[in-house]
Amino acid sequence: MSQRPDGADQCHSARTERTRNTARLAGMAGESLFSRLEPLLPRVRKPVQYIGGEGNSTVKPWESAAVRWCLMYPDAYEVGLPNQGLQILYEILNERPDVLAERTYSVLPDLEALLREHGLPQFTVDAHRPVGDFDVLGVSFSTELGYTNLLTALDLADIPLRAADRTLEHPLVIAGGHAAFNPEPVADFIDAAVLGDGEQAALDITDVVRAFKAAGSPGGRGELLARLARRRLVYVPAFFDVTYGADGAIASVTPGRDDIPAKPAKHTLADLDSWPYPKTPLVPLAETVHERMSVEIFRGCTRGCRFCQAGMITRPVRERSIDTIGAMVDAGLAASGFSEVGLLSLSSADHSEIGAIATQLADRYEGTKTSLSLPSTRVDAFNVTLANEFSRNGRRSGLTFAPEGGSERLRKVINKMVSEEDLIRTVSTAYAQGWRQVKLYFMCGLPTETDEDIVGIAKLAREVIRAGRKASGQRDIRCTVSIGGFVPKPHTPFQWAAQASWQVTDRRLQLLRDTVRADREISRAVGFRYHDGRPGIIEGLLARGDRRVGRVIERVWREGGRFDGWSEHFSFERWERAAAAELEPLGVSLDWFTVRERTEREVLPWDHLDAGLDRDWLWSDWQDALRESELDDCRWTPCYDCGVCPTMGSQIDIGPTHRTLLPLTPVAPLPARVSASAAGPSSAAGSASATGKESARAATAP
Amino acid sequence: MPPRRPEGPPPPPPVARVRLRFAKRGRLRFLSQLDIARTFERGLRRSRVPIAFSAGFSPHPKVSWLGGVPTGAASEAEYVELALVEDVDPEALRVALDAALPPGLDLLECRPAEGGSLADRIQASRWRVRVPGVPADDVARALEALLARESLEVERRTKSGRALVDVRQAVICGVCRAEARDCAILDVVVRHTTPAVRLDDVLTALGVVAVPPLTFPVPPEPTRLEQGLIRADGTLADPLAAPSGGPSHSETGRLAGRLPA
Repeated sequence: MSQRPDGADQCHSARTERTRNTARLAGMAGESLFSRLEPLLPRVRKPVQYIGGEGNSTVKPWESAAVRWCLMYPDAYEVGLPNQGLQILYEILNERPDVLAERTYSVLPDLEALLREHGLPQFTVDAHRPVGDFDVLGVSFSTELGYTNLLTALDLADIPLRAADRTLEHPLVIAGGHAAFNPEPVADFIDAAVLGDGEQAALDITDVVRAFKAAGSPGGRGELLARLARRRLVYVPAFFDVTYGADGAIASVTPGRDDIPAKPAKHTLADLDSWPYPKTPLVPLAETVHERMSVEIFRGCTRGCRFCQAGMITRPVRERSIDTIGAMVDAGLAASGFSEVGLLSLSSADHSEIGAIATQLADRYEGTKTSLSLPSTRVDAFNVTLANEFSRNGRRSGLTFAPEGGSERLRKVINKMVSEEDLIRTVSTAYAQGWRQVKLYFMCGLPTETDEDIVGIAKLAREVIRAGRKASGQRDIRCTVSIGGFVPKPHTPFQWAAQASWQVTDRRLQLLRDTVRADREISRAVGFRYHDGRPGIIEGLLARGDRRVGRVIERVWREGGRFDGWSEHFSFERWERAAAAELEPLGVSLDWFTVRERTEREVLPWDHLDAGLDRDWLWSDWQDALRESELDDCRWTPCYDCGVCPTMGSQIDIGPTHRTLLPLTPVAPLPARVSASAAGPSSAAGSASATGKESARAATAP
Repeated sequence: MPPRRPEGPPPPPPVARVRLRFAKRGRLRFLSQLDIARTFERGLRRSRVPIAFSAGFSPHPKVSWLGGVPTGAASEAEYVELALVEDVDPEALRVALDAALPPGLDLLECRPAEGGSLADRIQASRWRVRVPGVPADDVARALEALLARESLEVERRTKSGRALVDVRQAVICGVCRAEARDCAILDVVVRHTTPAVRLDDVLTALGVVAVPPLTFPVPPEPTRLEQGLIRADGTLADPLAAPSGGPSHSETGRLAGRLPA
């Protein structure tokens, strides 16, 4: 079986008139659908998520733009809106005078049904324009469980599901985000994928599209994709042929043309200080999952946790300097009115100047009712000091640590270098300093894991509670144990590992729960949070799948699969049935993709995609894992040749800079009331519209 | 170990209060009361209004809301009261805060709080409802039939099951006209009762009281135009107007049942 390289000829086909347009709207391209959407909104749950109008959102006249992007996060608005990646690209693209970017999110099933009933397409929330009218549809996949939602959006937008069936009339569908590092399961549905940091790449793609359109789109859609591939901007799945061997594994992946790179590579932003985005964060009117402003303090992580895909594919570490962080926090707060700031990264306590950042930000915002937070997962006393600084005058509610593995042995396998002693010392400090609850994160189903490792979690929890009771002098303390199922991911040392079956995962979780419950000393002090193992198996199928998995996705979607990340929508049985129907005739299966260990020589579906990591290094790190051998962080110890810096031309970029936060410019207060005794009306009464607001922001009105 | 307490002095006490009338317009009619409250709090921070805060580990801005308009309904007359730690110029506050709120959440008036509580100055709402897809005559007939009743109860789903509310008792007066051949405009004054009779209940009542029953092919679009004390002629008194002589004048107090006749 092989993939046909792009059907460039199709692009010249006579399908100039889109039939859907005549059927649906007599309107012009880019016209607002809001007047037709509005009567449907009182009939759906949470209509506010579809109205747009967020603070700092941008609406530009359709004609003013030479290149028009629609950015999609394939989940519900409340999950998608806070996504930093989408917000960054939205702002960067809209800053260009001749570029327009709008956003779309997955519509919930109630609105999907109404859109179909009334012949309305997938729309953007900014100006409620049809998604099919844009030049580029950029879809950000943080997780593989958004794939069925991509199909819903394409179908609602009247974009053919398969890239091969699209013409110049349709947007280019480009995938990004972490899941795009193995886009093979959605290879049939996307035109291209961008690997890595999207900031510069989105602008470069824009330049290519602009020039191509200005030249009259010579050579059609195929030529546009070829230009993007030749410029090393994107991976175009249709340009690569995949063949399979008799054992079901991939035999070869080869480019079908010789003018493009054989190994499309990831993009790496060199200097984060020159990209201080988002400058003006979106402020939603609806409630979302993260009601705060986020500032990314560094990108990349070289702690080397072997399960962590993010830590592998975002190397090397590049820090934002303390003064840039301070300026971003100040500008973002002023532009948004948020009262909480989160300092984001993969391991925020590892910033070379995190202590100074914490103290100086806490000083600056003392008394302003602004809270600061740090996703704190590193297990050491310094982390408690930081958390104290961030909660100077706030409630010390919960601290989170992530030992990930229940036993010392297993933590060596995954290279999470935390000893039990470290953990106990850290939580003792936390409880002694007034923290009332500690949350511990673990994984279940890690390579080489045994029942004994899982029961080790209960032992650890008991030690934590004992230490906490001793340190605080109180019996009433809490410890929450959260457990996630481990899913092996591409471009990690565990990419060859067998995933634990859901039966094994569920049995071990049950064992752990029973062990904790049977321990009268701690059973009431330990909260236990976990999910069943079945969704993880589907995530595993999609994460390490190849192009054959696309058929499974399509079948599940046709049978009603939507919002697979939501337990109320996810159906394991539907996926299992579809996998059996689509994969078994090809000699492979759900198990083949998930619970099977791969050999060193097997061609992995993403081997032709370059995340910078040296495959031999990944393999030797996998072997080290099996030998329970640890590896140090290359920020503080010599390079261990993971391969990223030489192949990507990148380098570690960390401080300390020894700079400090710049002082803030004082803002004039509101004037005092002239005469407090004069009871006369001080405002022009009536319905006169507010001064300034409408005229200043007229462009954002629907 | 004793529980931690916030360090430092308690927050400064309020020195002034202002009352605001605002509109909820256009697509922002889909905001819920919680959405509005969150958006206001962010607007207060952005515009640097010297709002007073409660004490404790999680200080909250002192903002007092009056019964908000339902999600999906627009309004020209929503009210909120703010406690301030500085006595700032109300008009300057209005302009600054309005600029920090999204278009569609528009501040129309700001006055120093005077007289009794704002809640005591509000008894009823006047609504204007666009009813697309229904001829004005049909709505007018339904309204006539409703007003001819002594009482008309409709069932409503509540959080804790079902409740019966008497719509007729709450509807003070109403009038209907045509916007177009098949679009009625209904003006109706509805008393605030407990349990509340919502505009949805009024529409349900109009539907069942008509012969044949009235259906709404498209969701009607309600807008609250006014709130206030009910005057004898069925009009409403502006709750922000200076209490010239107080609310005791004439019929208002008697109608409200708060003062002896």
